[in-house]
Amino acid sequence: MLDWLISLWSDPNTRWILLGCTLLGLGSGVIGSFTFLRRESLLGDTLAHAALPGVCIAFMLGEVKSVSLFLIGALLAGIAAVLCVSAISRWTRIKPDAAMGIVLTFFFGIGTVMLTHIQHSGSGSQSGLDKYLFGQAAAMVTGDVYTLMGVSVLLILAAMLLFKEFKLISFDPGFARGIGLPVGLLEHTMLILTTVAVAAGIQAVGVVLVAALLITPAAAARYWTDRLPAMLAFAGLFGAISGASGAAISTLGEGIPTGPVTVLAATLLFAVSLLFAPGRGLAAKALRHRALKADYARTANTGALEAAEGGSRK
Amino acid sequence: MNKQSEQHPSAAPLKVSGITVAYQKKAVVENVSFTLPEGRLVALIGPNGAGKSTLLKATLGLVPSIAGEVSIYGDTYKKMRSRVGYVPQRESVDWDFPTDALDVVMMGRYGHLGWIKRPGRREKELAMSTLEKVGMADFAQRQISQLSGGQQQRVFLARALVQEADLYFMDEPFAGVDAATEKAIIALLGELKAAGKTVLVVHHDLSTVEEYFDHVLLLNKKLIAAGPTETTFTPELLHETYGGKLAIVSSNGREALVGE
Repeated sequence: MLDWLISLWSDPNTRWILLGCTLLGLGSGVIGSFTFLRRESLLGDTLAHAALPGVCIAFMLGEVKSVSLFLIGALLAGIAAVLCVSAISRWTRIKPDAAMGIVLTFFFGIGTVMLTHIQHSGSGSQSGLDKYLFGQAAAMVTGDVYTLMGVSVLLILAAMLLFKEFKLISFDPGFARGIGLPVGLLEHTMLILTTVAVAAGIQAVGVVLVAALLITPAAAARYWTDRLPAMLAFAGLFGAISGASGAAISTLGEGIPTGPVTVLAATLLFAVSLLFAPGRGLAAKALRHRALKADYARTANTGALEAAEGGSRK
Repeated sequence: MNKQSEQHPSAAPLKVSGITVAYQKKAVVENVSFTLPEGRLVALIGPNGAGKSTLLKATLGLVPSIAGEVSIYGDTYKKMRSRVGYVPQRESVDWDFPTDALDVVMMGRYGHLGWIKRPGRREKELAMSTLEKVGMADFAQRQISQLSGGQQQRVFLARALVQEADLYFMDEPFAGVDAATEKAIIALLGELKAAGKTVLVVHHDLSTVEEYFDHVLLLNKKLIAAGPTETTFTPELLHETYGGKLAIVSSNGREALVGE
Protein backbone atom coordinates (compact mmCIF):
# COMPACT_ATOMS: atom_id res chain seq x y z
CA MET A 1 0.00 0.00 0.00
CA LEU A 2 2.71 2.41 1.08
CA ASP A 3 4.90 1.37 -1.84
CA TRP A 4 2.04 2.02 -4.15
CA LEU A 5 1.46 5.50 -2.72
CA ILE A 6 5.16 6.29 -2.97
CA SER A 7 5.29 5.08 -6.55
CA LEU A 8 2.29 7.24 -7.34
CA TRP A 9 4.02 10.27 -5.97
CA SER A 10 7.43 9.56 -7.47
CA ASP A 11 6.16 9.39 -11.03
CA PRO A 12 5.89 13.05 -12.08
CA ASN A 13 3.22 12.34 -14.69
CA THR A 14 1.02 10.51 -12.22
CA ARG A 15 1.60 13.24 -9.69
CA TRP A 16 0.28 15.82 -12.12
CA ILE A 17 -2.76 13.74 -12.98
CA LEU A 18 -3.49 13.15 -9.31
CA LEU A 19 -3.27 16.87 -8.62
CA GLY A 20 -5.47 17.69 -11.60
CA CYS A 21 -8.20 15.25 -10.58
CA THR A 22 -8.09 16.44 -6.98
CA LEU A 23 -8.55 20.04 -8.03
CA LEU A 24 -11.30 19.06 -10.45
CA GLY A 25 -13.17 17.29 -7.64
CA LEU A 26 -12.69 20.31 -5.41
CA GLY A 27 -14.04 22.80 -7.96
CA SER A 28 -16.95 20.59 -9.03
CA GLY A 29 -17.94 19.95 -5.42
CA VAL A 30 -18.07 23.67 -4.65
CA ILE A 31 -20.02 24.71 -7.76
CA GLY A 32 -22.18 21.59 -7.52
CA SER A 33 -23.33 22.65 -4.04
CA PHE A 34 -25.17 25.60 -5.54
CA THR A 35 -26.86 23.53 -8.27
CA PHE A 36 -27.76 20.98 -5.59
CA LEU A 37 -29.38 23.65 -3.40
CA ARG A 38 -31.19 25.09 -6.40
CA ARG A 39 -32.58 21.59 -7.06
CA GLU A 40 -31.04 21.59 -10.47
CA SER A 41 -28.81 18.56 -10.03
CA LEU A 42 -30.25 16.85 -13.07
CA LEU A 43 -29.22 19.85 -15.14
CA GLY A 44 -25.57 18.92 -14.59
CA ASP A 45 -26.25 15.47 -15.98
CA THR A 46 -28.00 16.97 -19.00
CA LEU A 47 -25.03 19.24 -19.61
CA ALA A 48 -22.62 16.32 -19.35
CA HIS A 49 -24.45 14.07 -21.77
CA ALA A 50 -25.00 16.96 -24.14
CA ALA A 51 -21.26 17.59 -24.18
CA LEU A 52 -20.52 14.41 -26.15
CA PRO A 53 -21.67 15.70 -29.57
CA GLY A 54 -19.87 18.97 -28.80
CA VAL A 55 -16.61 17.13 -28.20
CA CYS A 56 -17.09 15.02 -31.35
CA ILE A 57 -17.78 18.05 -33.55
CA ALA A 58 -14.76 19.81 -32.06
CA PHE A 59 -12.63 16.78 -32.96
CA MET A 60 -14.01 16.55 -36.49
CA LEU A 61 -13.40 20.24 -37.13
CA GLY A 62 -9.97 20.42 -35.50
CA GLU A 63 -8.78 16.90 -36.42
CA VAL A 64 -6.73 16.97 -33.22
CA LYS A 65 -7.30 15.94 -29.66
CA SER A 66 -7.08 19.14 -27.69
CA VAL A 67 -8.74 19.57 -24.32
CA SER A 68 -9.24 23.31 -24.73
CA LEU A 69 -10.93 22.77 -28.10
CA PHE A 70 -13.10 20.06 -26.58
CA LEU A 71 -13.94 22.40 -23.74
CA ILE A 72 -15.31 24.94 -26.18
CA GLY A 73 -17.25 22.24 -28.03
CA ALA A 74 -18.71 20.89 -24.82
CA LEU A 75 -19.57 24.39 -23.65
CA LEU A 76 -21.46 25.26 -26.84
CA ALA A 77 -23.28 21.91 -26.89
CA GLY A 78 -24.19 22.35 -23.22
CA ILE A 79 -25.60 25.82 -23.88
CA ALA A 80 -27.58 24.47 -26.84
CA ALA A 81 -28.99 21.71 -24.63
CA VAL A 82 -30.02 24.13 -21.90
CA LEU A 83 -31.70 26.37 -24.47
CA CYS A 84 -33.61 23.34 -25.75
CA VAL A 85 -34.72 22.42 -22.23
CA SER A 86 -35.96 25.92 -21.44
CA ALA A 87 -37.65 26.23 -24.85
CA ILE A 88 -39.50 22.93 -24.36
CA SER A 89 -40.63 23.72 -20.83
CA ARG A 90 -41.61 27.24 -21.82
CA TRP A 91 -43.57 26.62 -25.00
CA THR A 92 -45.14 23.28 -24.20
CA ARG A 93 -46.87 21.74 -21.22
CA ILE A 94 -43.97 19.36 -20.66
CA LYS A 95 -42.36 19.77 -17.25
CA PRO A 96 -38.62 20.52 -16.94
CA ASP A 97 -37.67 17.03 -15.71
CA ALA A 98 -39.19 15.38 -18.77
CA ALA A 99 -37.71 18.07 -21.02
CA MET A 100 -34.27 17.35 -19.56
CA GLY A 101 -34.76 13.64 -20.12
CA ILE A 102 -35.67 14.19 -23.74
CA VAL A 103 -32.81 16.58 -24.46
CA LEU A 104 -30.21 14.57 -22.52
CA THR A 105 -30.90 11.33 -24.37
CA PHE A 106 -31.25 13.04 -27.75
CA PHE A 107 -27.86 14.77 -27.46
CA PHE A 108 -26.23 11.63 -26.13
CA GLY A 109 -27.71 9.65 -29.01
CA ILE A 110 -26.28 12.05 -31.57
CA GLY A 111 -22.97 12.01 -29.73
CA THR A 112 -22.77 8.23 -29.78
CA VAL A 113 -23.48 8.12 -33.51
CA MET A 114 -20.75 10.70 -34.14
CA LEU A 115 -18.33 8.86 -31.87
CA THR A 116 -18.90 5.59 -33.75
CA HIS A 117 -18.36 7.40 -37.02
CA ILE A 118 -15.07 8.90 -35.80
CA GLN A 119 -13.84 5.54 -34.49
CA HIS A 120 -14.35 3.99 -37.90
CA SER A 121 -12.64 6.77 -39.79
CA GLY A 122 -8.90 6.81 -40.45
CA SER A 123 -7.41 9.18 -37.89
CA GLY A 124 -10.22 8.60 -35.42
CA SER A 125 -9.30 5.12 -34.28
CA GLN A 126 -6.24 6.52 -32.57
CA SER A 127 -8.10 9.50 -31.17
CA GLY A 128 -8.88 7.78 -27.87
CA LEU A 129 -12.20 9.55 -28.02
CA ASP A 130 -13.95 6.45 -26.69
CA LYS A 131 -12.22 7.22 -23.40
CA TYR A 132 -14.54 10.19 -23.11
CA LEU A 133 -17.44 7.95 -22.23
CA PHE A 134 -16.07 6.75 -18.89
CA GLY A 135 -12.94 8.85 -18.55
CA GLN A 136 -9.27 7.94 -18.50
CA ALA A 137 -7.26 10.28 -16.36
CA ALA A 138 -4.04 8.45 -17.22
CA ALA A 139 -4.44 9.53 -20.84
CA MET A 140 -4.09 13.19 -19.91
CA VAL A 141 -0.98 15.07 -20.88
CA THR A 142 0.54 17.98 -18.97
CA GLY A 143 -1.36 20.53 -21.04
CA ASP A 144 -4.64 18.88 -20.16
CA VAL A 145 -3.78 19.00 -16.49
CA TYR A 146 -3.02 22.71 -16.78
CA THR A 147 -6.45 23.28 -18.32
CA LEU A 148 -8.04 21.26 -15.55
CA MET A 149 -6.21 23.26 -12.91
CA GLY A 150 -7.11 26.56 -14.53
CA VAL A 151 -10.77 25.61 -14.66
CA SER A 152 -10.82 24.46 -11.04
CA VAL A 153 -9.23 27.70 -9.86
CA LEU A 154 -11.79 29.65 -11.91
CA LEU A 155 -14.68 27.73 -10.33
CA ILE A 156 -13.44 28.21 -6.79
CA LEU A 157 -12.65 31.89 -7.36
CA ALA A 158 -16.08 32.54 -8.86
CA ALA A 159 -17.79 30.76 -5.98
CA MET A 160 -15.80 32.87 -3.51
CA LEU A 161 -16.31 36.22 -5.22
CA LEU A 162 -19.99 35.69 -5.98
CA PHE A 163 -20.69 33.76 -2.79
CA LYS A 164 -23.33 36.10 -1.43
CA GLU A 165 -25.05 36.56 -4.79
CA PHE A 166 -25.10 32.81 -5.52
CA LYS A 167 -26.39 32.15 -2.01
CA LEU A 168 -29.26 34.58 -2.42
CA ILE A 169 -30.37 33.34 -5.84
CA SER A 170 -30.22 29.78 -4.51
CA PHE A 171 -32.26 30.57 -1.40
CA ASP A 172 -34.75 33.17 -2.59
CA PRO A 173 -34.54 34.27 -6.24
CA GLY A 174 -37.72 36.36 -5.91
CA PHE A 175 -36.20 38.48 -3.16
CA ALA A 176 -32.92 38.68 -5.07
CA ARG A 177 -34.77 40.12 -8.03
CA GLY A 178 -36.59 42.49 -5.69
CA ILE A 179 -33.38 44.06 -4.39
CA GLY A 180 -32.13 44.54 -7.93
CA LEU A 181 -29.75 41.63 -8.45
CA PRO A 182 -29.61 40.61 -12.12
CA VAL A 183 -30.94 37.14 -11.29
CA GLY A 184 -31.07 35.99 -14.91
CA LEU A 185 -27.46 36.95 -15.50
CA LEU A 186 -26.33 35.27 -12.28
CA GLU A 187 -28.27 32.13 -13.12
CA HIS A 188 -26.60 32.02 -16.52
CA THR A 189 -23.19 32.59 -14.95
CA MET A 190 -23.79 29.69 -12.61
CA LEU A 191 -24.95 27.57 -15.51
CA ILE A 192 -21.86 28.38 -17.54
CA LEU A 193 -19.62 27.60 -14.56
CA THR A 194 -21.41 24.27 -14.19
CA THR A 195 -20.92 23.58 -17.88
CA VAL A 196 -17.24 24.45 -17.58
CA ALA A 197 -16.90 22.08 -14.63
CA VAL A 198 -18.60 19.33 -16.58
CA ALA A 199 -16.62 19.97 -19.76
CA ALA A 200 -13.34 20.00 -17.88
CA GLY A 201 -14.18 16.81 -16.07
CA ILE A 202 -15.09 14.82 -19.16
CA GLN A 203 -11.62 13.53 -19.98
CA ALA A 204 -10.94 12.51 -16.40
CA VAL A 205 -14.36 11.16 -15.43
CA GLY A 206 -16.27 10.71 -18.70
CA VAL A 207 -19.57 12.18 -19.94
CA VAL A 208 -21.67 9.40 -18.48
CA LEU A 209 -20.61 9.88 -14.88
CA VAL A 210 -19.17 13.39 -14.58
CA ALA A 211 -22.42 14.76 -13.13
CA ALA A 212 -21.79 12.63 -10.04
CA LEU A 213 -18.92 14.96 -9.12
CA LEU A 214 -21.40 17.85 -9.02
CA ILE A 215 -24.21 16.08 -7.17
CA THR A 216 -22.86 13.43 -4.81
CA PRO A 217 -20.24 15.43 -2.85
CA ALA A 218 -22.78 18.26 -2.35
CA ALA A 219 -25.47 15.84 -1.18
CA ALA A 220 -22.99 14.24 1.23
CA ALA A 221 -21.77 17.61 2.50
CA ARG A 222 -25.29 18.72 3.44
CA TYR A 223 -25.31 16.03 6.15
CA TRP A 224 -22.37 17.52 8.03
CA THR A 225 -23.36 21.13 8.50
CA ASP A 226 -26.13 23.71 8.55
CA ARG A 227 -23.89 26.50 7.30
CA LEU A 228 -23.35 27.18 3.62
CA PRO A 229 -19.61 28.08 3.76
CA ALA A 230 -18.93 24.86 5.66
CA MET A 231 -21.08 22.92 3.23
CA LEU A 232 -19.04 24.24 0.31
CA ALA A 233 -15.83 23.24 2.11
CA PHE A 234 -17.11 19.73 2.82
CA ALA A 235 -18.34 19.30 -0.75
CA GLY A 236 -14.99 20.49 -2.08
CA LEU A 237 -13.17 18.10 0.25
CA PHE A 238 -15.36 15.11 -0.68
CA GLY A 239 -15.00 15.95 -4.38
CA ALA A 240 -11.23 16.22 -4.02
CA ILE A 241 -10.99 12.87 -2.21
CA SER A 242 -13.19 11.22 -4.87
CA GLY A 243 -11.16 12.69 -7.73
CA ALA A 244 -7.87 11.70 -6.14
CA SER A 245 -8.96 8.14 -5.37
CA GLY A 246 -10.35 7.77 -8.88
CA ALA A 247 -7.08 8.86 -10.44
CA ALA A 248 -4.93 6.83 -8.04
CA ILE A 249 -6.82 3.56 -8.31
CA SER A 250 -7.27 3.76 -12.07
CA THR A 251 -3.51 4.06 -12.60
CA LEU A 252 -3.14 0.77 -10.72
CA GLY A 253 -4.56 -1.55 -13.28
CA GLU A 254 -4.51 -1.47 -17.03
CA GLY A 255 -7.75 -0.13 -18.39
CA ILE A 256 -9.70 0.66 -15.23
CA PRO A 257 -11.61 3.78 -16.24
CA THR A 258 -11.28 6.71 -13.83
CA GLY A 259 -14.94 7.74 -13.87
CA PRO A 260 -16.49 4.69 -12.24
CA VAL A 261 -13.84 4.58 -9.52
CA THR A 262 -14.34 8.30 -8.80
CA VAL A 263 -18.08 7.82 -8.58
CA LEU A 264 -17.73 4.80 -6.30
CA ALA A 265 -15.49 6.81 -3.98
CA ALA A 266 -17.96 9.71 -3.95
CA THR A 267 -20.87 7.36 -3.28
CA LEU A 268 -19.01 5.69 -0.45
CA LEU A 269 -18.45 9.11 1.13
CA PHE A 270 -22.14 9.84 0.66
CA ALA A 271 -23.14 6.57 2.32
CA VAL A 272 -20.86 7.26 5.28
CA SER A 273 -22.33 10.77 5.59
CA LEU A 274 -25.89 9.52 5.35
CA LEU A 275 -25.29 6.97 8.08
CA PHE A 276 -22.81 8.51 10.45
CA ALA A 277 -22.87 12.30 10.14
CA PRO A 278 -23.55 13.91 13.52
CA GLY A 279 -26.93 15.63 13.72
CA ARG A 280 -28.50 14.78 10.39
CA GLY A 281 -27.10 11.26 9.91
CA LEU A 282 -29.37 8.25 10.32
CA ALA A 283 -27.38 6.75 13.21
CA ALA A 284 -27.44 10.03 15.14
CA LYS A 285 -31.17 10.34 14.52
CA ALA A 286 -31.82 6.77 15.71
CA LEU A 287 -29.73 7.33 18.83
CA ARG A 288 -31.57 10.57 19.60
CA HIS A 289 -34.89 8.85 19.14
CA ARG A 290 -33.88 6.00 21.43
CA ALA A 291 -32.64 8.35 24.12
CA LEU A 292 -35.86 10.30 23.90
CA LYS A 293 -37.93 7.13 24.18
CA ALA A 294 -35.94 5.85 27.14
CA ASP A 295 -36.20 9.24 28.80
CA TYR A 296 -39.92 9.36 28.32
CA ALA A 297 -40.38 5.80 29.55
CA ARG A 298 -38.38 6.58 32.68
CA THR A 299 -40.38 9.67 33.56
CA ALA A 300 -43.63 7.87 32.77
CA ASN A 301 -42.59 4.97 35.02
CA THR A 302 -41.62 7.25 37.86
CA GLY A 303 -44.93 9.02 37.46
CA ALA A 304 -46.84 5.73 37.59
CA LEU A 305 -44.84 4.56 40.56
CA GLU A 306 -45.49 7.74 42.44
CA ALA A 307 -49.17 7.45 41.68
CA ALA A 308 -49.19 3.85 42.93
CA GLU A 309 -47.53 4.93 46.14
CA GLY A 310 -50.24 7.45 46.66
CA GLY A 311 -48.23 10.33 45.25
CA SER A 312 -45.85 10.35 48.18
CA ARG A 313 -42.11 10.03 47.74
CA LYS A 314 -40.09 8.00 50.16
CA MET B 1 -35.63 62.23 2.64
CA ASN B 2 -33.38 61.68 -0.28
CA LYS B 3 -32.78 63.51 -3.49
CA GLN B 4 -35.32 61.68 -5.67
CA SER B 5 -38.25 62.60 -3.48
CA GLU B 6 -37.22 66.24 -3.52
CA GLN B 7 -37.61 66.16 -7.26
CA HIS B 8 -41.14 64.82 -6.88
CA PRO B 9 -42.31 66.30 -3.62
CA SER B 10 -45.91 65.31 -4.16
CA ALA B 11 -45.31 61.94 -5.83
CA ALA B 12 -47.31 59.10 -4.30
CA PRO B 13 -45.39 56.10 -2.92
CA LEU B 14 -47.11 53.88 -5.45
CA LYS B 15 -49.14 54.63 -8.52
CA VAL B 16 -50.35 51.73 -10.65
CA SER B 17 -52.07 52.44 -13.96
CA GLY B 18 -53.94 49.88 -16.00
CA ILE B 19 -51.88 46.86 -15.02
CA THR B 20 -52.98 43.60 -16.63
CA VAL B 21 -51.51 40.14 -16.11
CA ALA B 22 -52.46 37.08 -18.12
CA TYR B 23 -51.39 33.46 -17.91
CA GLN B 24 -51.97 31.60 -21.17
CA LYS B 25 -54.49 34.10 -22.56
CA LYS B 26 -56.55 34.15 -19.38
CA ALA B 27 -56.45 37.46 -17.58
CA VAL B 28 -55.65 37.02 -13.89
CA VAL B 29 -55.46 40.72 -13.11
CA GLU B 30 -57.38 43.05 -15.36
CA ASN B 31 -56.74 46.72 -15.91
CA VAL B 32 -56.05 47.65 -12.28
CA SER B 33 -55.26 51.26 -11.39
CA PHE B 34 -54.80 52.79 -7.95
CA THR B 35 -52.69 55.24 -6.02
CA LEU B 36 -51.47 54.69 -2.48
CA PRO B 37 -51.33 57.65 -0.09
CA GLU B 38 -48.14 58.10 1.91
CA GLY B 39 -47.77 56.76 5.44
CA ARG B 40 -50.70 54.39 5.40
CA LEU B 41 -51.21 50.71 6.13
CA VAL B 42 -53.05 49.33 3.14
CA ALA B 43 -54.77 45.94 2.91
CA LEU B 44 -55.16 44.23 -0.44
CA ILE B 45 -58.13 41.92 -0.05
CA GLY B 46 -60.24 39.68 -2.24
CA PRO B 47 -61.32 36.03 -2.58
CA ASN B 48 -58.95 33.16 -3.41
CA GLY B 49 -57.77 33.36 -6.97
CA ALA B 50 -58.59 37.08 -7.19
CA GLY B 51 -55.01 37.80 -8.23
CA LYS B 52 -53.82 39.51 -5.05
CA SER B 53 -50.36 37.97 -4.99
CA THR B 54 -50.12 38.26 -8.75
CA LEU B 55 -50.90 41.98 -8.61
CA LEU B 56 -48.23 42.44 -5.96
CA LYS B 57 -45.64 40.51 -7.95
CA ALA B 58 -46.54 42.27 -11.19
CA THR B 59 -46.10 45.63 -9.45
CA LEU B 60 -42.60 44.53 -8.46
CA GLY B 61 -41.88 43.14 -11.89
CA LEU B 62 -41.56 39.59 -10.55
CA VAL B 63 -44.19 38.33 -12.97
CA PRO B 64 -44.52 39.90 -16.42
CA SER B 65 -47.53 42.15 -17.01
CA ILE B 66 -48.94 42.51 -20.52
CA ALA B 67 -50.02 46.12 -20.01
CA GLY B 68 -49.85 48.91 -17.49
CA GLU B 69 -47.42 51.14 -15.71
CA VAL B 70 -46.04 51.34 -12.20
CA SER B 71 -44.59 54.47 -10.71
CA ILE B 72 -42.91 54.53 -7.31
CA TYR B 73 -42.33 57.93 -5.74
CA GLY B 74 -42.86 59.39 -9.18
CA ASP B 75 -40.21 57.31 -10.91
CA THR B 76 -39.73 53.84 -12.34
CA TYR B 77 -39.41 50.88 -10.01
CA LYS B 78 -35.95 50.22 -11.37
CA LYS B 79 -34.70 53.60 -10.16
CA MET B 80 -36.58 53.49 -6.88
CA ARG B 81 -35.75 49.91 -6.01
CA SER B 82 -33.70 50.81 -2.94
CA ARG B 83 -36.78 52.45 -1.39
CA VAL B 84 -38.88 49.29 -1.75
CA GLY B 85 -38.92 46.36 0.68
CA TYR B 86 -40.56 43.04 -0.12
CA VAL B 87 -41.72 40.21 2.13
CA PRO B 88 -42.56 37.18 -0.03
CA GLN B 89 -44.88 34.37 1.04
CA ARG B 90 -43.18 32.10 3.50
CA GLU B 91 -43.77 29.02 1.33
CA SER B 92 -41.79 30.54 -1.53
CA VAL B 93 -38.43 29.31 -0.23
CA ASP B 94 -36.82 26.07 0.92
CA TRP B 95 -36.47 26.41 4.69
CA ASP B 96 -34.04 23.51 4.81
CA PHE B 97 -31.44 25.77 3.18
CA PRO B 98 -28.16 25.69 5.15
CA THR B 99 -28.30 29.08 6.87
CA ASP B 100 -29.39 30.67 10.15
CA ALA B 101 -31.86 33.42 11.04
CA LEU B 102 -29.24 36.16 11.34
CA ASP B 103 -27.82 35.35 7.94
CA VAL B 104 -31.25 35.53 6.30
CA VAL B 105 -31.85 38.95 7.86
CA MET B 106 -28.49 40.17 6.59
CA MET B 107 -29.62 39.29 3.07
CA GLY B 108 -31.77 42.42 3.35
CA ARG B 109 -28.55 44.47 3.22
CA TYR B 110 -27.19 42.84 0.06
CA GLY B 111 -28.84 45.47 -2.14
CA HIS B 112 -26.96 48.21 -0.29
CA LEU B 113 -23.68 46.32 -0.17
CA GLY B 114 -23.15 45.98 -3.89
CA TRP B 115 -21.13 43.31 -5.65
CA ILE B 116 -18.56 41.02 -4.07
CA LYS B 117 -18.44 42.93 -0.75
CA ARG B 118 -19.39 40.74 2.20
CA PRO B 119 -21.57 41.90 5.07
CA GLY B 120 -19.43 43.18 7.93
CA ARG B 121 -19.89 44.17 11.54
CA ARG B 122 -22.24 47.08 10.73
CA GLU B 123 -24.59 44.77 8.85
CA LYS B 124 -24.43 42.21 11.60
CA GLU B 125 -25.31 44.76 14.28
CA LEU B 126 -28.16 46.13 12.23
CA ALA B 127 -29.52 42.64 11.56
CA MET B 128 -29.21 41.74 15.23
CA SER B 129 -31.08 44.83 16.44
CA THR B 130 -33.80 44.18 13.87
CA LEU B 131 -34.16 40.60 15.05
CA GLU B 132 -34.58 42.01 18.53
CA LYS B 133 -37.33 44.27 17.24
CA VAL B 134 -39.33 41.28 16.00
CA GLY B 135 -38.62 39.36 19.21
CA MET B 136 -36.25 36.89 17.59
CA ALA B 137 -32.89 37.86 19.09
CA ASP B 138 -32.60 34.53 20.92
CA PHE B 139 -32.95 32.64 17.67
CA ALA B 140 -30.26 34.44 15.66
CA GLN B 141 -27.99 31.40 15.37
CA ARG B 142 -30.83 28.93 14.85
CA GLN B 143 -30.92 26.95 11.63
CA ILE B 144 -33.98 28.26 9.80
CA SER B 145 -35.70 24.86 9.46
CA GLN B 146 -35.82 24.68 13.25
CA LEU B 147 -37.98 27.80 13.51
CA SER B 148 -41.76 27.64 13.74
CA GLY B 149 -43.85 29.08 10.92
CA GLY B 150 -44.46 32.28 12.83
CA GLN B 151 -40.78 32.67 13.66
CA GLN B 152 -39.86 32.17 10.01
CA GLN B 153 -42.35 34.88 9.12
CA ARG B 154 -40.71 37.24 11.61
CA VAL B 155 -37.30 36.51 10.14
CA PHE B 156 -38.66 37.45 6.72
CA LEU B 157 -40.09 40.66 8.17
CA ALA B 158 -36.78 41.50 9.80
CA ARG B 159 -35.03 40.96 6.48
CA ALA B 160 -37.36 43.49 4.85
CA LEU B 161 -36.90 45.95 7.72
CA VAL B 162 -33.11 46.06 7.45
CA GLN B 163 -33.57 47.18 3.87
CA GLU B 164 -34.63 50.52 5.39
CA ALA B 165 -37.13 51.07 2.64
CA ASP B 166 -39.99 53.59 2.48
CA LEU B 167 -42.56 51.43 0.72
CA TYR B 168 -43.16 47.84 1.81
CA PHE B 169 -44.95 45.00 0.06
CA MET B 170 -45.96 42.04 2.22
CA ASP B 171 -47.49 38.91 0.77
CA GLU B 172 -49.79 37.35 3.39
CA PRO B 173 -47.59 37.94 6.43
CA PHE B 174 -50.41 36.82 8.72
CA ALA B 175 -50.99 33.48 6.98
CA GLY B 176 -50.67 30.58 9.42
CA VAL B 177 -48.85 32.45 12.18
CA ASP B 178 -49.29 32.12 15.93
CA ALA B 179 -50.81 34.82 18.11
CA ALA B 180 -47.41 36.08 19.32
CA THR B 181 -46.24 36.59 15.76
CA GLU B 182 -49.46 38.29 14.77
CA LYS B 183 -48.99 40.70 17.66
CA ALA B 184 -45.36 41.30 16.70
CA ILE B 185 -46.32 42.03 13.11
CA ILE B 186 -49.02 44.48 14.15
CA ALA B 187 -46.64 46.31 16.46
CA LEU B 188 -44.18 46.51 13.62
CA LEU B 189 -46.77 47.82 11.17
CA GLY B 190 -47.61 50.51 13.72
CA GLU B 191 -43.95 51.48 13.98
CA LEU B 192 -43.58 51.63 10.22
CA LYS B 193 -46.63 53.85 9.96
CA ALA B 194 -45.36 56.13 12.69
CA ALA B 195 -42.11 56.47 10.75
CA GLY B 196 -44.08 57.63 7.71
CA LYS B 197 -43.64 54.43 5.70
CA THR B 198 -46.27 53.02 3.40
CA VAL B 199 -47.14 49.34 3.62
CA LEU B 200 -49.21 47.27 1.19
CA VAL B 201 -50.28 43.96 2.73
CA VAL B 202 -52.03 41.05 1.02
CA HIS B 203 -54.53 40.09 3.68
CA HIS B 204 -56.95 37.23 4.15
CA ASP B 205 -58.67 37.73 7.46
CA LEU B 206 -61.60 40.07 6.94
CA SER B 207 -62.38 40.25 10.64
CA THR B 208 -59.18 42.18 11.39
CA VAL B 209 -59.14 44.58 8.44
CA GLU B 210 -60.87 47.45 10.24
CA GLU B 211 -58.63 47.07 13.26
CA TYR B 212 -55.29 46.87 11.42
CA PHE B 213 -55.57 48.93 8.24
CA ASP B 214 -56.30 52.55 7.25
CA HIS B 215 -56.88 51.90 3.62
CA VAL B 216 -58.16 48.98 1.56
CA LEU B 217 -57.97 47.77 -2.02
CA LEU B 218 -60.74 45.35 -2.98
CA LEU B 219 -59.71 43.07 -5.79
CA ASN B 220 -61.38 40.38 -7.80
CA LYS B 221 -59.42 40.29 -11.04
CA LYS B 222 -60.54 43.90 -11.48
CA LEU B 223 -60.20 46.51 -8.83
CA ILE B 224 -63.63 46.76 -7.21
CA ALA B 225 -62.84 49.68 -4.94
CA ALA B 226 -60.00 51.53 -3.26
CA GLY B 227 -60.08 54.03 -0.43
CA PRO B 228 -60.06 54.62 3.31
CA THR B 229 -61.28 51.65 5.34
CA GLU B 230 -64.30 53.49 6.82
CA THR B 231 -65.80 54.31 3.45
CA THR B 232 -64.57 51.38 1.39
CA PHE B 233 -64.77 48.36 3.68
CA THR B 234 -68.55 48.24 3.46
CA PRO B 235 -70.89 45.22 3.17
CA GLU B 236 -72.06 46.36 -0.28
CA LEU B 237 -68.57 46.62 -1.76
CA LEU B 238 -67.46 43.41 -0.06
CA HIS B 239 -70.42 41.59 -1.58
CA GLU B 240 -69.41 42.93 -4.94
CA THR B 241 -65.86 41.67 -4.37
CA TYR B 242 -66.60 38.26 -2.93
CA GLY B 243 -69.87 37.56 -4.73
CA GLY B 244 -71.76 34.72 -3.12
CA LYS B 245 -68.72 33.54 -1.20
CA LEU B 246 -69.30 35.96 1.63
CA ALA B 247 -71.44 35.48 4.67
CA ILE B 248 -72.29 38.24 7.06
CA VAL B 249 -72.55 36.89 10.56
CA SER B 250 -74.08 38.99 13.23
CA SER B 251 -72.76 38.37 16.70
CA ASN B 252 -72.82 40.40 19.88
CA GLY B 253 -74.86 42.96 18.04
CA ARG B 254 -71.85 43.72 15.86
CA GLU B 255 -71.59 42.66 12.26
CA ALA B 256 -68.73 40.41 11.38
CA LEU B 257 -67.72 39.50 7.89
CA VAL B 258 -66.58 36.04 7.00
CA GLY B 259 -65.00 35.47 3.65
CA GLU B 260 -65.08 31.94 2.26
